[in-house]
Amino acid sequence: MTHTLEQIDAPASSTPSPVDWSKVQKWGVLGGLTMSFIAAIGMVTALDQRLIISPWLSLGFLTLLWTPVVFGIIAATEDAETPGVAGDRDVISGFVTGPLSGLFFAFFIVIIDAFDLTDIFRNLGPKLVELLTFGRGVGVAAALWIISCGLLGLLGGTLKIAPRKARSMIGAAAMSVVGVALLEIIVTDITQGLRIEFVADWIYALNGGLTPASALVIAAGSALFGLRSDGSTLAERRLERMNLDPEVRFRKNVVAAVLTILAVIFLPMILGGLTNDLLANVGLFILMGLGLNIVVGSAGLLDLGYVAFFAVGAYTTAVLTSPLSPFFTPGWTLNFFSLEGAAVITIVLIMAVIAGVLVGTPVIRLRGDYLAIVTLGFGEIIRILFLSDWLAPYFGGAQGITNVPSAGLGPVEIRGTSSQAMFYLIAAFVGAAIYVAWRLQASRTGRAWTALREDEDAAEAMGINTTAAKLTAFVIGAIFAGFAGMIFAVKVGSIFPSSFKLLLSIIILVIVIVGGMGSIPGVIIGAVVLIGILGGPTQQGLLQEFGQFKLLIYGALLVVMMLKRPEGLWPNVRRQRELHQDEMSQDAWLMEESSQDKDGDS
Amino acid sequence: MPVLEITNLRKNFGGVKALDGLDFHVDKGEIVSVIGPNGAGKTSFFNIITGYFSPDEGHILFNDVNIAGHQPHEITELGIARTFQNVRLFPNMTVLENVMVAQHCRTTTGIFGTLLNTPAFRREEREIEERAKEVLAFFGKRLRGYRWDQPAFVLSYANKRRLEIARAMATMPELILLDEPTAGMNPMETAELTDLIRQLRDDRGYTVILIEHEMRVVRDVSDRVVVLDHGVKIAEGDYKTVSHDPNVIEAYLGRPSEAHNA
Amino acid sequence: MAIFIIIWGFVGAIALGAQGEGLSLAAWRQLFVAGIAQGAMYGLLALGYSMVYGVLGFINFAHGEVFMVGAIVGFFAANTLFDAGLWESNFILSILIVLIVAMATSTFTAVLIEKIAYRPLRNAPRLIPLITSIGISFFIQNAVQLLVGPAVKTYPAPPTWLSNPIEFLGFRVPGTTVLVVVLALTSMTGLWLFVERSATGRAMRAVAEDKEIAALMGINVDRVIITTFAVGGAMAGVAGLMWAIMFRGVSFITGFLPGIKAFTAAVLGGIGNMAGAMFGGILLGLFEGLGPNVVLRGLAWQIPTALAIVLLVVGVVSILGGRALNRSGIVVLGAATVLMGLVGVSGFTIVIPGLSQLKDVVAFTALVLVLIFKPGGLFGERLSKEDRA
Repeated sequence: MTHTLEQIDAPASSTPSPVDWSKVQKWGVLGGLTMSFIAAIGMVTALDQRLIISPWLSLGFLTLLWTPVVFGIIAATEDAETPGVAGDRDVISGFVTGPLSGLFFAFFIVIIDAFDLTDIFRNLGPKLVELLTFGRGVGVAAALWIISCGLLGLLGGTLKIAPRKARSMIGAAAMSVVGVALLEIIVTDITQGLRIEFVADWIYALNGGLTPASALVIAAGSALFGLRSDGSTLAERRLERMNLDPEVRFRKNVVAAVLTILAVIFLPMILGGLTNDLLANVGLFILMGLGLNIVVGSAGLLDLGYVAFFAVGAYTTAVLTSPLSPFFTPGWTLNFFSLEGAAVITIVLIMAVIAGVLVGTPVIRLRGDYLAIVTLGFGEIIRILFLSDWLAPYFGGAQGITNVPSAGLGPVEIRGTSSQAMFYLIAAFVGAAIYVAWRLQASRTGRAWTALREDEDAAEAMGINTTAAKLTAFVIGAIFAGFAGMIFAVKVGSIFPSSFKLLLSIIILVIVIVGGMGSIPGVIIGAVVLIGILGGPTQQGLLQEFGQFKLLIYGALLVVMMLKRPEGLWPNVRRQRELHQDEMSQDAWLMEESSQDKDGDS
Repeated sequence: MPVLEITNLRKNFGGVKALDGLDFHVDKGEIVSVIGPNGAGKTSFFNIITGYFSPDEGHILFNDVNIAGHQPHEITELGIARTFQNVRLFPNMTVLENVMVAQHCRTTTGIFGTLLNTPAFRREEREIEERAKEVLAFFGKRLRGYRWDQPAFVLSYANKRRLEIARAMATMPELILLDEPTAGMNPMETAELTDLIRQLRDDRGYTVILIEHEMRVVRDVSDRVVVLDHGVKIAEGDYKTVSHDPNVIEAYLGRPSEAHNA
Repeated sequence: MAIFIIIWGFVGAIALGAQGEGLSLAAWRQLFVAGIAQGAMYGLLALGYSMVYGVLGFINFAHGEVFMVGAIVGFFAANTLFDAGLWESNFILSILIVLIVAMATSTFTAVLIEKIAYRPLRNAPRLIPLITSIGISFFIQNAVQLLVGPAVKTYPAPPTWLSNPIEFLGFRVPGTTVLVVVLALTSMTGLWLFVERSATGRAMRAVAEDKEIAALMGINVDRVIITTFAVGGAMAGVAGLMWAIMFRGVSFITGFLPGIKAFTAAVLGGIGNMAGAMFGGILLGLFEGLGPNVVLRGLAWQIPTALAIVLLVVGVVSILGGRALNRSGIVVLGAATVLMGLVGVSGFTIVIPGLSQLKDVVAFTALVLVLIFKPGGLFGERLSKEDRA
């Protein structure tokens, strides 16, 4: 920051810095542009049906309204160009940015009303205009928008200078209201399972969304909760956690683990079928995410063809067990307590290892981005081969392979259609995967991976066979994906090449990165948040309405995360160090200063 | 008896003759310094011994085993360790982890042991950690206690160099190659490191080859000095002899000199 | 192994042709010309990848989308011109306008991406800008899909006087192809002049060599990088128009495959090397056009036994001779010939139905093979020290 010494020492409000008008201008226009964009891609119209607070606030409008608030905050924030101390300046900045956005947006509405742009931009039709003008004509709407954006911008500016406690209160209130509204399905499921349906009936209005009363209650409740917090930022709490006494940390982790296990065992019994299915899908993604996490996060190899291993596992299972495939042997199903089942599992394992070695060996020596593209190429080659007419006699071509029998546990059938059973099956595998990943981290192998990720040549000098280590990581990742494919085949009962697109590899990559590269809880959180809420490539998430937009959001998320928080949401401690070395150095230096007298060290 | 014996080593880098017929040997327990003007081929020399490049011609016999053309990690396993000219620690791993990972080739636990948490695995992990601490203790107060859990990048420059040496020691080598270990250090740190190098041989029995520019260190610690220039050896002997050798002086200063004091 | 398959297929295709099956000579010529045109397009795209990699050291995944955006906005321009009647009455002017629109859009997009996403990450570890570019590619693809719809947009047809074939050196070439090649040549020449002769071009080369030193020489590195992206974007815009002329249909996914293939071409020619990028593009275009039909179809040819025995002998001799002379190339050729002989003796053939599906497999296989075996490209890389492997 470009503070001068005098400014640092000066008391807080002695020199209120002037409003930076060019910045306000810039962010005002950008805000308007963003709002227009959101409208143009159809988010407003698509999400309008989903109510947050019935009958006033719909999700569609929410997607527009956050813009002036956030941009107001940004315009008010000090940065390199606008040094200074917080004060009225910020409120004014926010207050002016808002209407500017509103003005721009109003102009936008006028244009789309006057001209028919639907030839070019599909969504700028009369329906949108109707929505944005509240049915009251353009003039009134324009005024309304300008004023409300102004108020929202003012809110942003105020939030910027508000004390931390106030911010956490407001933040908590807003998040919980939106959260409870959007998670309606889960809440209703749980209350049904626990036989307290009346709670859900009271919270939610008839056509979705919270009733005004419940919204108020929830907001107040979480605001009170926010009052309790000491206002520390997430980063500060993370740092605290890092420096905790290992004993204390261990105990906390155990408690968390036990709670999670209990939740996993008992939740499916109270949740409905749809939610269980969703959780099962999330589980599959967690499984694959953990595998890719080892390849990317631990060993530093960006594998964009990861979906190929998933395909190998699925096709192997299908080919072995489906009566429609040429390799079918009667009696071969994925029955875990039978010899044939064991054979299937073993063969899937072997195929995954072979695939991992075949793909991994040539690419090991390549530098980062080349490795990414080559693996992408491999992934596509395998998919096209599975799809081709040439190999159709073996793999079914575009028609895929159907009639994959369900799994079993001895005499008990684990039907693909029973979402509860599937969930438990997947949970078991996920549990095993977590265990494997966790154990590998703090081991000789894990250290070798970290070393080779940090400095490959130095790692070689330390006696680490980098080629073997990389290949091991690759193969383990392949095994995870292979098993995920195996379960997928049994769950869905039929597999088609269209399920194995590059898109899937990228989504798993997004999960790993957003959650936190190299961090096991990060991957889990990432999968839950992304797949659970937004949905996977073919699966719906909790917010089904976001269906068409989820890929867009994934792309945006990836970019934003890389720019702002590359270590992910729940980072691996080491990764965070890596990416914020400067701050860490300062901390360490301070620590040293204080312990200087102790040792007389250099 | 020679631990390392090199004959007629040649290496060409796209037209530049880095090494042009170098003969070299080190006996067990010796401390040999390799000096020479910049560009003489000293670091290439180390890089070839440790396997980063293969020589175009020549033999490198380590305990009578030809190591030319081997992979770097194999050579480390055979018993040669090195430090780097510009510090190449693993910056985000802790001090302790840096030294633990260096024992990779001396330990054997594989995936299965790790996953099943066998007693063998646990025992080896403990051993690795203890050995790491023991190696670090060699440096006295410098790298002990709270330092173990600090990421390597926060260390002071001198401590980083010490950690480099600790890592090299942790690979349990017979021969240690130090590439300009005192570069960038102040006189006090340099003196301390010079003692350390001697202790490496006296207390731990390593054979040491070091590349150095700081003549005081060379004078105080070497049993023998080898001078390289343009990829060949131009002088060899104890420090006094070499420092008066007119060829050496010419290589450094570029012309014959009547200097009487080195 | 790869060489063996290629030789077998190639010879086989010729033989089949001679026997009356397979492709006729006219068909070959057509494929050849089409391959060159498509290759020229890949070459222009490859330039963008090559330049960005040369200067910043990472693969700009989003470049394919830059290309697509130019083509799509160009479509709207062309459509408007068509509705206004200008498309048919004054085609030359219309095409010029569309070209400018496409180039401007692509350039603008490329520069915008650099400013928002890549500049803040200038000093981050190399994987991070790569991942960011994947995110941007995703974002743009889907944004376009949402904004204008997923349907394919078809450019209005070029006037008949253009699409009629022209006789040229014994080749019957559609006029559109000629136009495409002319476009490519003009752009390449312009670019070459710019980079080799102008001060900005010199600055670009300096920055590609070593950013820090270039800055010390007084070069405004930021400005140069913006120019690099702009030029790459402009070329992508031209490529977008070329695609429109050749294939007429664009949609939000148009950028994906050509992007990957263009990157392959860039590596093939030596990344960072601009002339190499163009050559690589054309080579890849030819290979893609002729490849499946040449190589894969020819695998169906039954090698006559007599010839097979001859091949066996020649092959063994080559292997032994190659070993003696210490020339690995000869050994490899010999091995390939021996394999061919064995195949002939055994009567083995591979008949592949549905060849056109595998066109992309050819491209991807080329990608994989090039990156694995010859990452330095055919003409040598031009990278700064830190970017080299």
